Order: sequence, then structure tokens, then C-alpha cells
Amino acid sequence: MAQNYTSTEMMTIAAARALRGSDVCFVGIGMPSAACNLARLTHAPDITLIYESGTIGTKPSVLPLSIGDGELCDTALTTVSVPEMFRYWLQGGRITVGFLGGAQIDRFANLNTTVVGGTYDKPKVRLPGGGGAPEIATSCGEVFITMSQSKRGFVDKIDFVTSLGHGEGGDHRARLGLKTKGPTKLITDLCVFEPDETSKEMTVVSIHPGVTREQIDANTGWKVKYASEVAETPPPTARELDVLRELHARTARAHGDQA
Amino acid sequence: MPQFVSLAAAVESAIRDGDTVAMEGFTHLIPHAAGHEVIRQGKKRLTLVRMTPDLIYDQLIGMGCAEKLVFSWGGNPGVGSLHRLRDAVENGWPHPLAIEEHSHAALANAYEAGAAGLPCAIFRGYIGAGLAKVNPNIKSIVCPFSGETLAAIPALRPDAAIIHAQKADRAGNILIEGIVGVQKQAVLAAKRSVVTVEEVVEDFGPRSPNAVILPSWTVTAIAVVPGGAHPSYAHGYYKRDNAYYKAWDAIARDRDGFLAWMKANVLESGPQAFAVHARRLAAAE
Repeated sequence: MAQNYTSTEMMTIAAARALRGSDVCFVGIGMPSAACNLARLTHAPDITLIYESGTIGTKPSVLPLSIGDGELCDTALTTVSVPEMFRYWLQGGRITVGFLGGAQIDRFANLNTTVVGGTYDKPKVRLPGGGGAPEIATSCGEVFITMSQSKRGFVDKIDFVTSLGHGEGGDHRARLGLKTKGPTKLITDLCVFEPDETSKEMTVVSIHPGVTREQIDANTGWKVKYASEVAETPPPTARELDVLRELHARTARAHGDQA
Repeated sequence: MPQFVSLAAAVESAIRDGDTVAMEGFTHLIPHAAGHEVIRQGKKRLTLVRMTPDLIYDQLIGMGCAEKLVFSWGGNPGVGSLHRLRDAVENGWPHPLAIEEHSHAALANAYEAGAAGLPCAIFRGYIGAGLAKVNPNIKSIVCPFSGETLAAIPALRPDAAIIHAQKADRAGNILIEGIVGVQKQAVLAAKRSVVTVEEVVEDFGPRSPNAVILPSWTVTAIAVVPGGAHPSYAHGYYKRDNAYYKAWDAIARDRDGFLAWMKANVLESGPQAFAVHARRLAAAE
């Protein structure tokens, strides 16, 4: 069956749907930014988007390339300093949802964006590092993660724990003194995972239209668990696709203009 | 009272080989022109501190100015890797680079602690995070009141801070608007400071009573460098040059290409080149 959308569009739209109008969301660059702004432009116009550059309640008309593009400040309700952002707003417990991605993820949704291969001191590949993620992962009420699924990224053991997910699973977060929920959704280009209630292993709860379990298994570095009832993700609506594509088109024009 | 001087004189007076230097600006107002001047003056063995190293430190590292980097996110925002930083960490080119890696929350707190004259920053952080195992400067402290274990890292007290701001007035007070980042904290935490500005005005004019202003007596030297934040931006003056950030990926990927670019655009150039970019990207009135 021919689809009129890409798997990346499905992922962004599924991530956007997870957000509620009442959320105060700490937004990362790239896919999270597209998903959060799509939510704002469709079903969740009242959502509060916060970028770590200090912009609170921002409503960008184009997606920023960086976490601190002028567009974010121009359209924000207010802009605070970076120490205030991390101390009062994030650490203070004001953020309901943090959005993260990574180069590597394991079955408990621990994330690596620091080093791949070798050792920390002598890495094969040096990645940008954690930025805000270590504290976003523990201070936000819950965490949504979006990542394209592949055996390279979805691994049995990540090379470095940049930000904590459910640790070793079970009550590990609680044992570390955390009261926040950690990763409650992992939205990929193939499916949606949620943590098992007791083991906290990320478990497939919904599969995107046209995707098979074989595809999911083939793109995951661990033996994937499926919920007893697995739903089919509703396909993108015409409106969701229109708004997302317009947002990307506006963004491309805006960034291209500056060449 | 700060002195209004040339960019070359400002950098010469404030930065010495071996210094710990923080060039701050969170995406916005990154002092690129001053970074180029540090490269032209061939400063060596610097410990560079910056939350997001960005292109400015990619250039300084690739040109061999840095001995150590203290940072929290070392990428080209929205584009990918900083190739000079990676080459230094992965291959020791042009020479080995020591790194001290933190999270954003940690460095933001450390600047604030430095500005506050405290020896360390205390915050709820690094819980379950791998950095706590590889960075010996990440320790913990128990709250004497609640018993909660909190993260502690040393305050940042740089020898010098370098920032870019929109305006100075004739008396040398500095006005910063928009995404204000950690610049105020960095200047107040540092022993010496250099501020480059878009322009000097007689008077700041109507403004919010809560505008971010660094009084003249907190600043060591001021240099007027229009466009001095390019390819970053100056709110109200010019836009971020996102196309330039994307183009940097190819320039920095290859050692020879990088060196040739630096020779043409930095070593054989000067602060006046920045004004051209600023005019090209001027914010629409």
C-alpha cells in the first residue's frame, strides 16, 4: 500500500500527538523542535515551549537551527538567563516534559550522546556531549525520546550513559532518589515504546502503519518486547501533514535566505 | 573605568599565554571577532571555558591556542560535529587537548558561583550520569538541613572573560539584550574582561529598569567591533548566519582546508571584515 508520507513524518507526528496543551515542554533541537511546534500549531495551541537558551513560551514561525536563534527570543513571552533557566525552571520542577534524542539508546532508555567506541579518554568517535540532557532526564516530570531506529543506535549496551533513563530497570530511578518518571515514551520511525510497569524495559505499544514486527526486530540490538495488546498508530491526518510540511518549507526558506 | 581601545589592544592587555579564558554567549552574541584576534596574536596554552564551544573554539583549538577545554556541549548546533574539536580529542591534532566535560546545568551554576564569590556550585544534577564517573571535578555534598545528596563542582573563576554586547555608552557601561546567556555571570566571575560592542551611544535611552547592564567599573576594556558576533548574531542588529554554520562543516572537516580558510579569513584579515557580514544580515527595521 503506497503511503503519502515518510517514516520520519510519521515519527514527528506521533511525537507531537503525545504532547498536551497543558504541558510545559523543554525542547531540544531537530526532531523534538519539529514535533513540539507541530503540536503547538495543531492540537495543543496553549502548550508552553521552553528552549534552554532561556526563552519561555516561545512561538517560532520557523524552526530554529540552533537552540538560541533570534526567532525564539522574538516570539517568547520572556527570556531569562541560562543559570536561571537551569536553576529555577528546570531544577525547580516547572517542566512537565523534556524531549531528548541520542546517538545510542538501550532497552531502559538510557541515552548516549558523548562517545562511541574506545574509552571515554580515547574515544573512537567523539560526539557533542550531554548539554542540558543529564538534568533534563532527571528534573522534568517525564521524558519523551525520539530517534530513528537502527541496530547502530538501538544497542544492547550503550558506550556511555550521558543521561539516565530507567538505569538498570525496575526501581533504579527511585533508588537514586528520583521522583520524576523518566522516559515514558520512545517514539521511533517504526513504532512507539513505553516502559513496562515493573521492569521498566521499553516495550512496543503501537506500530506505525505498514511496519512489521520483523522490521522492528531487525532494527533493534536487543530482543524487543511487545505489549500484550499492540495498537496500530493512526496514520497522519491531512492536516498534520500539511502543517508539518508548511513548517519545514518556511524553515528552509528562512535559513536559505541567509546564505 | 574601562578603556575604549582597539580590539588588538584589548586582547593584548587582557589575555596572556596559559590563561583560563571564557568567551561566552549562548548562541547569541558569541564574540567571534575577539576569538579571531586571540588567534592572530598566537596566544598559547589557553584553558578555554565555554558551555557550547561552537565555531569560535573549533577555530581556536584547530589553530593550536588551547591546552584544555572546559565545556558542556561541543557540537555545531543543528549541523553536527565540531571537526577541529573532534580531531584534537580523537587524534591529538594539532596537539593533545585535555577536556573537562560538564552538563549545561553544571557550568551555568559554576559561572553563577564564580560571580557570587563562592568556592563551588551546588545543584541537583548528574544523577545516574556517566560524567560523574570520568570527571574528578564532579563531587557530591550532603545538605546539612535535609540530608539530600547534591552535586558540587568548583566555581568558575576565569582569568579573563570575553563577551560581545549590543551597546556601550560613553562612560563604558554595557547593555546586553535578548538571549543573555551567562555573559553577566562570566564577566563578574572573571578577573579581567574584554567586551566588544556593536556601537557606542551617548545614552542608552528608554529601556526597561531591569535591562541587563554591566556597570563600567566591572569591565576592563571595550572595543567597538560592528558585526563582531558574526556568524552568531546581535539581537536588533543582524541575524544568525545559519548558512555559514552549515558551510563550516565542510570547511573544518579537512585539516588543510581549515588552515587555508583560517589564513585567508583570520590571519590575513581583521575586525573590519565583520562589519560586512553585519550589513549583509542586517535585521529588518
